[in-house]
Amino acid sequence: MEVIQQLVNGISLGSIYALIALGYTMVYGIVKLINFAHGDIFMVGAFIGFYSITILDLGFFPALLISMVACAIFGVLIERIAYKPLRNATRIAALITAIGVSLFIEYGTIYARGAQPEAYPDGVVSLKSLELFGVKISGQSILILGTSLFLMILLQFIVHKTKIGKAMRAVSHDMDAAKLMGINVNNTISATFAIGSALAGAAGVIFGVYYTKIEPLMGIIPGLKAFVAAVLGGIGIIPGAMAGGLVLGVIESLVSAAGYSLWRDGVAFVVLILILIFRPAGLFGKNIREKV
Amino acid sequence: MRKKKLAGVFMSFMVAAGVLAGCNSSASGDGEKGGKIKIGANLELSGGVASYGQSAKEGIELAIEEINKKGINGKKLELVTVDNKSDAAEATNGALKLATQDKVVAMIGAATSTNTLAQVQIAQDNKIPLITPTATNATITNKDGKVNDFVFRTCFIDPFQGTVAANFASNDLKVKSAAVLIDSSSDYSKGLAASFKKNFVANGGKIVKEEAYVAKDTDFRATLTNIKAANPEYIFVPGFYEEVGLIVKQAREIGLNVPIMGGDGWDSPNLVKIAGKDTLNNTFITNHYSSGDSDKKVQDFVAAFKAKYNGKSPDAFTALGYDTVYFLADAIKRAGSGDSEKIRKALEETDGLQLVSGNVKLDKNHDPIKAAVILEYKNGEQQFKTKINP
Amino acid sequence: MNILKQAKFFWTSIVLAIVFSVIMQFLITGGTLNQFYVNTLFFIGINIILATSLHLIIGITGQFSIGHAGFLAVGAYASAIMTMKLGLPFPVAILVGGLAAAVAGLIIGIPTLRLKGDYLAIATLGFGEIVRIVFLNIDYVGGASGMTVSHLTTWPWLVACVVLTVVVIANFTNSTHGRACISIRENEIAADAMGINTTFYKVTAFAIGAFFAGIAGALYAHNFYIIQPTNFGFLKSFDILIFVVLGGLGSMSGAVIAAILLTIISTYLSSYPEVRMVIYSLVLITMMLFRPQGLLGTREITSFFKAGKTAKGGVQHDDKKTVA
Repeated sequence: MEVIQQLVNGISLGSIYALIALGYTMVYGIVKLINFAHGDIFMVGAFIGFYSITILDLGFFPALLISMVACAIFGVLIERIAYKPLRNATRIAALITAIGVSLFIEYGTIYARGAQPEAYPDGVVSLKSLELFGVKISGQSILILGTSLFLMILLQFIVHKTKIGKAMRAVSHDMDAAKLMGINVNNTISATFAIGSALAGAAGVIFGVYYTKIEPLMGIIPGLKAFVAAVLGGIGIIPGAMAGGLVLGVIESLVSAAGYSLWRDGVAFVVLILILIFRPAGLFGKNIREKV
Repeated sequence: MRKKKLAGVFMSFMVAAGVLAGCNSSASGDGEKGGKIKIGANLELSGGVASYGQSAKEGIELAIEEINKKGINGKKLELVTVDNKSDAAEATNGALKLATQDKVVAMIGAATSTNTLAQVQIAQDNKIPLITPTATNATITNKDGKVNDFVFRTCFIDPFQGTVAANFASNDLKVKSAAVLIDSSSDYSKGLAASFKKNFVANGGKIVKEEAYVAKDTDFRATLTNIKAANPEYIFVPGFYEEVGLIVKQAREIGLNVPIMGGDGWDSPNLVKIAGKDTLNNTFITNHYSSGDSDKKVQDFVAAFKAKYNGKSPDAFTALGYDTVYFLADAIKRAGSGDSEKIRKALEETDGLQLVSGNVKLDKNHDPIKAAVILEYKNGEQQFKTKINP
Repeated sequence: MNILKQAKFFWTSIVLAIVFSVIMQFLITGGTLNQFYVNTLFFIGINIILATSLHLIIGITGQFSIGHAGFLAVGAYASAIMTMKLGLPFPVAILVGGLAAAVAGLIIGIPTLRLKGDYLAIATLGFGEIVRIVFLNIDYVGGASGMTVSHLTTWPWLVACVVLTVVVIANFTNSTHGRACISIRENEIAADAMGINTTFYKVTAFAIGAFFAGIAGALYAHNFYIIQPTNFGFLKSFDILIFVVLGGLGSMSGAVIAAILLTIISTYLSSYPEVRMVIYSLVLITMMLFRPQGLLGTREITSFFKAGKTAKGGVQHDDKKTVA
């Protein structure tokens, strides 16, 4: 019974990682940039959701939508201002810029509102908890899992069935060839950032509802974990990010359950390194042989 | 062509030295000039635990504003703040800047133990009193049996709270088994837990589970599920409100409904916001004062703080930051001048000073001694249970 | 002829360094420089060691490592155990700190250096975090609440370590082995085909870099009174990475200048706590946007004084993608 309860805990945590990881993976897949600012967009999303709920007095779903739209715009702005000029520079330069942007968002937020935590109001989502074979599953966990799954399916649909999705796949496969085929690469990249950031925004609101406490530096650790999740599943692969997130969440829960809660993050990284050494392309990735 | 890099390296070293030497002339003044007494604050204003430092800073600024309305011995306090980025190296650097550059008469130390420990030696070497509002590590004021004569603190480290909590659990709540959940990054938490365990076992109780977390964790469900499996009648969580709020909330969520108890680190209106009013029922804290206290000092502080910061509520860090300034101001007043040695002596002799967090009297290790009260949360309000003197 | 010139240049630099450090020593003991400046100088020195040691791994060998704070941590803890727990003298502690970090470098390097580019970056990031979490869980060194260390770092020790690091890394870069490393950076497959044992050189460069990071760790631990696992998180690794990239990948003098400049900027900004990190991040973004190749590109500062020649340390095209 206890193990199932722990699994449920892990899946709830993992679905948040998965949502953030999706954005990481999409951006990496298309521009090969480790976007360290992604975790901070997640934080901004949580705050936008918070202010929509408390100041504008909106419910969960409107707040979620507002936050997603705002984060999408924010993500595109970041891409246009900070990353686009560096598209032809070394990738390490772009990485440093991403770190700079991340610091800027964190400390800009602290400058604007202080570093103290904020608490999502009670009862934004009032759902009864479910009791299944002695396992208590809170309504919020189900809502989170449901929302995450829905967004992931939507994303799969966008990537595989729409025109913009096709363009994304083409650009990620070969940017120059895509350009020759008449695909507007700039717009496609912006669209990728928009979708990835919207997902991060959604994750932010969901995180707020589930964990209550939000603060300007909350994005750092989940951002890093989501990144690990993305690599775990095979960076650049969308189902991989979902699986990676869930696996990571479950691993963390099980490690804590075994009584080693202080080693939790360590185990996550050990798993990451083992995966990298034995299956460098991740769980879902294909190993591509390097040609001379 | 070989070795040419070296020249570049040393040239740049020289340039840097030149820049620094150039700045040197700007160092000026002593701490007491033109009717102003300069005090320094070295806080975590950015980095991992920025929220602690910022809370403390708001309390410090409020207190200075209030004191400057009247002045001390006809003089005003001037605050110089440096940010230590929640990093020990930066804290050392900041303390050196305050001591040798700004030449303050006293320093208010960092909110966490590590960053305060990084400044202790500097305070001792430069003979400038250092008061930390919230750092709880025992070695800050007392190292290898020797008191650091220039270092003081406003918060409480005495394991007294743990003893009080253990007695309350055994005698009033009449529980036989307890679980302990510790913030392993905080000496305060470890100290309270140790004295709780000792006394609870001495009272015939049994510790059925011990778990730990690190500050800024957010998911405790797995750990709590573990605790639930051990079936304790009571849980002791000596942590800070940011995590405790989440712990209580998540404990109730997974159906862990036993009494939960902690120390003064819980005390913040944000605790109620994070955990929720209903979930906080059946929880208790030991504290030095009750913020719902009718005591005028407390009420005035809460009202003044809300007025200055747009209705924001103060937390334990704020209250201790505020108290630290009053603690220092009182000593400066009695010292009669901005002389650091006299201030040190006056701080040491503090006895029965009325502060928001209680009456201060220092023991021989420069640690304050205080009475404790036990409060119960009912519908988000603190209710007074009992008062216990040391 | 040329060799004589080089030797002269080398010894001039050494003499200059000694003269400089003796003057500084007098300024420090004479009290002309107050403690704050002295401490800032110490901080700069430690950062120079860190920057040059990472420069060897990223700038010369082209191995994208972002877990350097892990080696700093190993060095800091190993040396602190030597002096605080075992009561050994400081020089021994410095050496042990460096060696412990080098061993850690070998343990980490051998399995992970098979990875390339971003995957290596992620793996080293992971290792850096694992090191931190291990120290967090060892009660012998104080766990999460850290370990207090005596102040033993002095100006002569610091200068000696900085000079040693710079000389060793500069000479290594210009040796046969250094060229092998550069060839790996430029094209690993080609280097392999030319008969260079790429794994050996990658691991060697990694271990040397880790060794000096460990020395920096020893100086760090004995300068700042306390060490705690949170001081060595991945953000610290990023700080070191920023020195190297901002200075210009492949340029040692660039890394040194960036370390000096950023330490001064950061120290100066600590008096303006509200806007400190906002300004710092803006500086970072603007610098990278307007000069993505770093301050000096791949050139060395001395090449600016010798018209018509380019430094050997790197390629001649600033904009060429050489790393990651």
